[in-house]
Amino acid sequence: MRDQPEQQAPPVQRLRVRYAKRGRLRFTSHRDFSRAFERAIVRARVPMAYSSGFNPHPRISYAGASPTGAASEAEYLEIGLARETEPATVLAALDEALPPGLDVLKVVVSAGGSLADLLEASVWRTRVPDLTADQAERAVRAFLASDEVLVERMTKKGLRSFDSRAAVVRLTVVDEVAHRVPGRGLPTGPESNAEVRARECAILEMVLRHGTPTVRPDDVLAGLRTTSGLEAVAAPFHERLAQGPLDTVTGTVGDPLALNRDTA
Amino acid sequence: MPSTTPVRPESVFPRLEPLLPSVQKPIQYVGGELNSTLKPWDAAPEGSTVRWALMYPDAYEVGLPNQGVQILYEVLNERDWILAERTYSVWPDMEAVMRAGDALGPIPQFTVDSHRPVRGFDIFGVSFSTELGYTNLLTALDLAGTPIHAVDRGADDPVVLAGGHAAFNPEPVADFLDAAVLGDGEEIVLAISEVVREWKDEGRPGLDGRTPRDELLYRLAVSGSVYVPRFYDVDYLPDGRVKRVAPNTSGVPWRVQKHTLMDLDAWPYPKKPLVPLAETVHERYSVEIFRGCTRGCRFCQAGMITRPVRERSITTIGDMVESGIRATGFDEVGLLSLSSADHSEIGEVATGLADRYDGSNVSLSLPSTRVDAFNVTLANELSRNGRRSGLTFAPEGGSERLRKVINKMVTEQDLIRTVATAYSHGWRQVKLYFMCGLPTETDEDVLEIADLARKVIAKGREVSGHNDIRCTVSIGGFVPKPHTPFQWAGQLDHETTDLRLKKLRDDVRADRTFARAIGFRYHDGRPGIIEGLLSRGDRRVGRVIESAWLAGARFDGWSEHFSYDRWEAAAADGLAGTGVDLDWYTTRERDYAEVLPWDHLDSGLDKDWLWEDWQDAVDPGSAVEVEDCRWTPCYDCGVCPQLDTEIQIGPTGKQLLPLSVV
Repeated sequence: MRDQPEQQAPPVQRLRVRYAKRGRLRFTSHRDFSRAFERAIVRARVPMAYSSGFNPHPRISYAGASPTGAASEAEYLEIGLARETEPATVLAALDEALPPGLDVLKVVVSAGGSLADLLEASVWRTRVPDLTADQAERAVRAFLASDEVLVERMTKKGLRSFDSRAAVVRLTVVDEVAHRVPGRGLPTGPESNAEVRARECAILEMVLRHGTPTVRPDDVLAGLRTTSGLEAVAAPFHERLAQGPLDTVTGTVGDPLALNRDTA
Repeated sequence: MPSTTPVRPESVFPRLEPLLPSVQKPIQYVGGELNSTLKPWDAAPEGSTVRWALMYPDAYEVGLPNQGVQILYEVLNERDWILAERTYSVWPDMEAVMRAGDALGPIPQFTVDSHRPVRGFDIFGVSFSTELGYTNLLTALDLAGTPIHAVDRGADDPVVLAGGHAAFNPEPVADFLDAAVLGDGEEIVLAISEVVREWKDEGRPGLDGRTPRDELLYRLAVSGSVYVPRFYDVDYLPDGRVKRVAPNTSGVPWRVQKHTLMDLDAWPYPKKPLVPLAETVHERYSVEIFRGCTRGCRFCQAGMITRPVRERSITTIGDMVESGIRATGFDEVGLLSLSSADHSEIGEVATGLADRYDGSNVSLSLPSTRVDAFNVTLANELSRNGRRSGLTFAPEGGSERLRKVINKMVTEQDLIRTVATAYSHGWRQVKLYFMCGLPTETDEDVLEIADLARKVIAKGREVSGHNDIRCTVSIGGFVPKPHTPFQWAGQLDHETTDLRLKKLRDDVRADRTFARAIGFRYHDGRPGIIEGLLSRGDRRVGRVIESAWLAGARFDGWSEHFSYDRWEAAAADGLAGTGVDLDWYTTRERDYAEVLPWDHLDSGLDKDWLWEDWQDAVDPGSAVEVEDCRWTPCYDCGVCPQLDTEIQIGPTGKQLLPLSVV
């Protein structure tokens, strides 16, 4: 018989990482991402701390991953290191090791506590093709006027019915031009193509409070269809712009890493 | 007159993107793998660019890790005048989405690198590890907008070229292929590229009354390195057998030879293996530690068609592992070959690598190990950093008599001794692989598998001192393959196969002392019959494949997609009027005089040697054992003199040095 494996030392440093899923890599599922991230860590030679046991795993905690197909500028995870390392060094090495489209945006030292607890809400922008701004406005008004909008979604446990309204802190129709983010490297919307770009679409921005079950932007669209009878034609494009603590007074979402910086 | 250059194909990704959320696992269609190569369409700094679309005709999760495609992708893309991209079979849900298309029409078969339509490439190279991928070729051609029949293709269509083990008898798909190559691909893909470049630089001429397309194929055919089916006619005898296969064009050789890459150290590919985002069947860095096998197992097509043995040296293996791990981030290294423990320095390789990566998370695996080559020192080295999960051995035949028939001379004592060693050193699970339907096999031979499994468990319990051990018996149906001594054998019908497997299962279950410790895995015999039809078929089988495909056959290697009834109906339909049928191709034993459909394709093996070996196999009085010519004298299989090659083995006497700490 083999001996029990030795216990691994606990991490000496925890880093919190903000990363983006952009362009075609928005189709990366969370499982796919975690596998790619673990390999990137090896290539980047980040001095990871490992779990104990026969089959040690690098210490990585994921929080609030976005659904497959959604782009995101605000994904978060935490890694435990075996050796203190400059966050800027880790950022550069990880970003280099990950494919373009999975981009590391920020790395800070964790101040402790739970990262997942800081991620109370998300800001989403959703582009709905073949829908005019006027149609969207009417649908949003009807949705917001309701106290409860039941929708269904297929989950691992089967078809579930839940309320899509209560999680919506804010929901507006926005003017695209005013909200374009200038100077971003990779396109985060559908890839530039005259045919696609020329298509009329409505753009919604929403603040969704995290809960159980998680209400996703797709569920809100389903709710809009329920309250106003909109037809689902082409696939919508979802992008998470921010994720973090929710200011319930203003309905805005803060930076979960900014808090760490203050206390670090 | 030179034909017009096709227009530069645009990426179909903008059209695909809105549709991707509606299909399963969309990540498999977006590309962007680490170490993938993106090149401009006009890549060549001067002159013509030669463009390859490489396909593995199975799902992305199976196709991406394929070593052959990855090697050729890298070899081709290292040349600045060649562009190579990859494409895989799309799942039926995606096929439906692509056929429905969008406002611009259907979406064509595309490469995952730059999402360019496959039809725009010069060569569409398809790697067939198994015949069960043939229907997926037709789907890809049809989605690409290329006529499925080679004869209907024109100037704007790619040259459809097959390679891989199944290409050693491409006759069943001859109607759908423009060309096929036999053997190692590394050098021949470059030679083919040169021919294409020259033809394009000349303005795609058609000479001597040939169309430009035929001109290119003719140049490939006369080189003697590429088989172009259209330049050969097949005649049949009144009884349905092949009468002869002969060139119909002057200058085209009677026989086409396989390619053999000598000096594997000079070709250390893949250097930068592709690392997908999607989950695939193999998640490891694989190094081929040698190519070829001379053990002489009579059923084994891979062992026969990849001769001679050519080893990669310990130092090259060490360098490839180190750079491969660094380039990928994989933590598992597979030391691949047909019988990995047979490398002349396998002990030094395993110890050297285990020392180098001691204390890291890198683990080693040896996917193919013979019972008689296993030793516990080696096994301990391999599991030093990793899991001691299970060991797999393949005695193949249940009885000693049968193992002699197939020339896999593993004695029961060998096997019991080996598993005893494994169980006493901490392994809990041993997997044994067998075949059912081998020549001369009886029910009794197969039932001996149960005895063997019980003895393995009994021994395991004895040496380990506890009952918590398992033995999994895995059984595949034997399919006779071209270019092997069993190429003449009658395949066992699926009814008898199923009956034998049922008797074996009942026998395993009957003894309650052991039943729960023995796992039993097998498939029914019917898919093997179709594989047998496709393996030893001739050109008339093409109509069967087409008929099955039209009736919906896709992904025939997947049990959830395979339908025997569909294939049986397709065989009746496709072979109507030929006088031959499914049984004729499968369960019929051939005799010495019969012209086999692949006789004009030269694997280097001497047909008379194969025949004598076949006779030795089925002669109960024969005492002939074919040993391994690596360490016993040459047994005259014919490959080395025929192809002017030789065995390349160590030992080199070198050791792997510790890596300097970075």
